[in-house]
Amino acid sequence: MEALQILERVKNRFGDRVLEISEKKPDPFAVIDPNAIVEVGRFMNEDPELAMDCLSNESGVDYKDRVEVVYHLFSYQHRHGAVLKVKLPRDNPSVATLEGVWKSANWMEREIFDLLGVNFEGHSDMRRILMPEDWIGHPLRKDFVEPPEYHGISTVRESPIVRLDTKKK
Amino acid sequence: MSTLRTEEMTLNMGPQHPSTHGVLRFVVRADGEVMREAIPDVGYLHRSIEKIAEKVGYRGFMPYTDRVDYVCAMFTNQGWGMVCEKLAGIEVPKRGEYCRVIAAEFNRIASHLLSVGAMAMDIGAMTPFAHVIREREMINDLIEELCGARLTFNYMRIGGVAWDLPPGWREKALKYLDHFDPILEEYNALISWNKIYIERLANVGVITPADAINYNLVGPNLRACGIKWDIRKDIPYSVYPEFEFEVPVGNGQWGKLGDSMDRYVVRIREMAESSKILRQALEKIPPGAVLAKVVRNFKPPAGECQIRVESGRGDMGWYLVSDGTGYPWRVHVRTGSFAAMGIIQKLSAGLMIADLVTLIASLDVIAPEIDR
Amino acid sequence: MPLLNTLPDYVLTTKTDELLNWMRKSSIWYMLFGLACCAIELMHTGGPRADLDRFGAVPRASARQSDLMIVAGTLTLKMALRTRLLYDQMPDPKYAIAMGSCASCGGLFQLAYSVCDGVDKILPVDVYVPGCPPRPEALTEGLLKLQEKIMTERWLVRSPNGKQVAAA
Repeated sequence: MEALQILERVKNRFGDRVLEISEKKPDPFAVIDPNAIVEVGRFMNEDPELAMDCLSNESGVDYKDRVEVVYHLFSYQHRHGAVLKVKLPRDNPSVATLEGVWKSANWMEREIFDLLGVNFEGHSDMRRILMPEDWIGHPLRKDFVEPPEYHGISTVRESPIVRLDTKKK
Repeated sequence: MSTLRTEEMTLNMGPQHPSTHGVLRFVVRADGEVMREAIPDVGYLHRSIEKIAEKVGYRGFMPYTDRVDYVCAMFTNQGWGMVCEKLAGIEVPKRGEYCRVIAAEFNRIASHLLSVGAMAMDIGAMTPFAHVIREREMINDLIEELCGARLTFNYMRIGGVAWDLPPGWREKALKYLDHFDPILEEYNALISWNKIYIERLANVGVITPADAINYNLVGPNLRACGIKWDIRKDIPYSVYPEFEFEVPVGNGQWGKLGDSMDRYVVRIREMAESSKILRQALEKIPPGAVLAKVVRNFKPPAGECQIRVESGRGDMGWYLVSDGTGYPWRVHVRTGSFAAMGIIQKLSAGLMIADLVTLIASLDVIAPEIDR
Repeated sequence: MPLLNTLPDYVLTTKTDELLNWMRKSSIWYMLFGLACCAIELMHTGGPRADLDRFGAVPRASARQSDLMIVAGTLTLKMALRTRLLYDQMPDPKYAIAMGSCASCGGLFQLAYSVCDGVDKILPVDVYVPGCPPRPEALTEGLLKLQEKIMTERWLVRSPNGKQVAAA
């Protein structure tokens, strides 16, 4: 099935809990109500015509006014894929975990928690995965400021290189 | 006799450990020699590559992609090139695609060589490792002539590759392949069918096909479970449809389907297939340009997309969100090693402590790919 | 030199310091401490073509058996604390080589939030080897430089405050 057909099928099943289907090129995606994500995930996993047996990728994006969690689903059986998104508020974002449907969600959700600060309700092991346990802040947030030192190790060079990011607008 | 007090033993393995392939750490809860659980602790090589992408722009990010997976850096180059090209709708010239495939397949051989060599070393056989390094040096020489670097290549550009094949390179490459094909036989005779080696690997760390998909294993690890799935064949990209090659899958010949030996053998067979692809590519390579015309200040339109590349460690997904400026808004790399680490905690229950090393080696995890 | 002239040809004379230094420099055991990309080049340096073993440098798996720490690769902040611990576990006399740009100064990853810009922030470094990653030849050169440095050390001469005197 084409990606748009898959998303239409989900839309027919869940009605207004699929908030939006975007045709944004090149990859289309559907925005799902955060409260319904587990239900939608389970349906897409179990429906024989979709049979999304693999959560291929899960990542988070910070858009300054909201945080989005992006799910790339894939079916080895039918060889098709689809993209789902949930939009969350930037303060204390929280969404239910998909760990119960796909096991691979476990680590990817830990990574999103670590780097973007999205809390996954019901997750079995919600700890930091990449950054140290005592790290403060979520680095992939757009407003993250690098701390000047960590355990007495200065993170500032005496003669810093020209930072390319200062040129950005 | 009065009852002996027994207690669970908690061991720390890593981050500095000779057989963890970089800086991985495991907290092993063991009952004597048998593990209850090995809890992976990663992030010791988290170099914030995804955040750097937001700072350096599209072209400036290409050298950083090398460091996502330094053992097969051509594929990360190619992945970044492809995701930008897909978003901006750039067509790569035919010769450029051939150059990419040739460089990438040589890199796949080098990557698998290191994987099988390091595996033999972890089990205790030092000699195969020396043989592997010898072969890798020869491939490094070829690639160095192609792009000037031995490890972090920075060979590809958005829209093609940086340089054409140098004069006389094609003959050298073919000559090397003639030398390489018998080497695989030598290697098999040296270690692969050694009884001790098989005993150490067979029936260890068995992954069922359903688990492999559920835990999102990719590449040789997935194929070893008997699932015939290769991005090069099934979601074709670049010029791979023009070549004939087999997709080796595990068959459980030495033990159960999906054990460590199957993963090892799949890698050995894949090297032979890569050699086959290389011969065809070197034979068929058309003349022409290698780099499409791309504006200097590359700005893809706002949008987002994902592409998948079959790297040495399997399906590598690049997810790119662009806001229409010269800097990416968000880049995310889905890598094979990250998923493979996720399954170790489940597989480790009931294994011997010594088998943890073979399990890590057979899953071929590379620290920077996990942590990025 | 009446004494020296009486010795037969097969006896060599030297200074105690030089003898000690010569023995030390000829058996530098380095710790297998691959952090990142440079670790692959470190393997190649120990491999058959570059062959670091011929200078007496043999890889050891444990910090307690090694004289030299080759910091091969990017040092992240999470790893920096452990690296210091490993360095403290090494017995004296101990040396450190910062291999590659990342270990020398942060290199490409100075822009990163999680990287310690240079291993010299947490431990003393004897030789810096530039390159990203350095070729095996470059690392061999770094080891030879370290051997030169070891040869200039004076262990028996002590300064007035009791510390060892570095080479003149």
